[in-house]
Amino acid sequence: MIGWKDIPPGMVILEAGSAMKIKTGSWRAAYRPKWIEENCIHCLLCWLYCPDNSVKVKDGKRGEFDYDYCKGCGICAVECPGKKGNKAIVMEEEVK
Amino acid sequence: MATPLNLKELSKQEIRFTAGHRLCAGCAAPTVVKMILLAACDYPVVAASSTGCLEVSSCISTYTAWKIPWIHNAFENAAATLSGVETMYRALKKQGKIDRDIKFIAICGDGGTYDIGFQSLSGAMERGHDMLYVCYDNGAYMNTGIQRSGATPTFADTTTCPAGAVIPGKPQQRKDLTRIMAAHGIPYVAQASPSHWPDLMKKVRKAIETPGAKFINIFTPCNRGWRSRTDDAILLSRLAVETCFWPLYEVENGVTRVTVKPKEKKPIVEFLKAQGRFKHIFEPGREQMIEAIQQAIDKNWERLLKEEEISASGEKAE
Ligand SMILES: Cc1ncc(C[n+]2csc(CCOP(=O)(O)OP(=O)(O)O)c2C)c(N)n1
Ligand code: SF4
Ligand code: SF4
Ligand code: SF4
Ligand SMILES: [Mg+2]
Repeated sequence: MIGWKDIPPGMVILEAGSAMKIKTGSWRAAYRPKWIEENCIHCLLCWLYCPDNSVKVKDGKRGEFDYDYCKGCGICAVECPGKKGNKAIVMEEEVK
Repeated sequence: MATPLNLKELSKQEIRFTAGHRLCAGCAAPTVVKMILLAACDYPVVAASSTGCLEVSSCISTYTAWKIPWIHNAFENAAATLSGVETMYRALKKQGKIDRDIKFIAICGDGGTYDIGFQSLSGAMERGHDMLYVCYDNGAYMNTGIQRSGATPTFADTTTCPAGAVIPGKPQQRKDLTRIMAAHGIPYVAQASPSHWPDLMKKVRKAIETPGAKFINIFTPCNRGWRSRTDDAILLSRLAVETCFWPLYEVENGVTRVTVKPKEKKPIVEFLKAQGRFKHIFEPGREQMIEAIQQAIDKNWERLLKEEEISASGEKAE
């Protein structure tokens, strides 16, 4: 537990991006997104729209979900254009 | 060379607002912040936010989601705070103590912008500080439990204008803040939406490349306050544009330009029906309420198109 004496004066936080220590993936309640790679056109819209930076991208190619932070909102699944009308993201029941 | 605004290139950039923030699942605010910071990826950025969902949820205890210097002062003074920082920067630059080209961006809620922070915003813009002020407009004081603001749309149900037997939700009309900011005569004012991300990012980039005071109002769905689904933030922001509820336009040096014109203007019902905050206006006998909302939108859209026409002909005459 951090006490008030451990906090710099003025409530300054010195470690940029320290929120990454909080794994918000534990918030997912009913659903989690699933990536169906064969339907993916690598448009990266899911990467852009995800409010929780939970879509990994490497060298311009879409990678797996980051379930450590994904809150299961479903925006990526709604916005995914997929291939020939077949979505590359579907929401499925969460398994804890 | 400036980083091209395509997702392949942008995805190679660091996202300077991290995961682990505590904004609700499906909140559009973090996506809007991400788009702003990606558009500004070629520069160091110093930011400020007023008290509100974005601020509270991005700096809980010793955890910050920001990877840039970011300041929270109070609810009403983000613009004044950032003006001070920008002035200090100019002084240090003059003394040769800083040589980097830093961009200053305030990102604040509608309550902190339309209402309580309005005088500090107006002052900062009038003084012409070299900064971009962005309002993420979710149409109420969400952080404290969905109280009405000057940005709340007519007839929306909030906890301080509850729809019931006495009033049908918010009785007043929205304040058109974007026009008020344009009336300040600053070099750049725009309205944007995350659904139309290339337009949004182009506007942010244009704003930060323009010296002086700039203002951008960004439509930012809030599923908790709007009583909508957690997966529809982008869908709703697209509908807001397609129904002309939230026209995408810019006012650059006094010249108005509508940047996205919907191919087919959708009826406002499509935007309203997806949100629980408007549920009561779909009750039988209240058809005239929807009609009134539609008329107000039509009138505003026509006015905007006319304004664009007039400023285009004014440009030619010069
Ligand atoms: C002077 C003052 N009055 C009231 C509050 C309480 N308060 C904190 S955040 C907030 C609402 C913020 O609304 P908005 O700016 O729209 O941001 P949102 O939470 O909707 O994102 C209020 C009323 C405060 N912090 N300071
Ligand atoms: S939005 Fe869909 S198609 Fe596009 S990259 Fe993501 S998963 Fe692939
Ligand atoms: S469900 Fe929501 S949080 Fe999870 S990856 Fe998709 S957009 Fe991101
Ligand atoms: S209440 Fe609304 S604005 Fe606030 S974090 Fe939740 S969804 Fe976002
Ligand atoms: Mg708000």
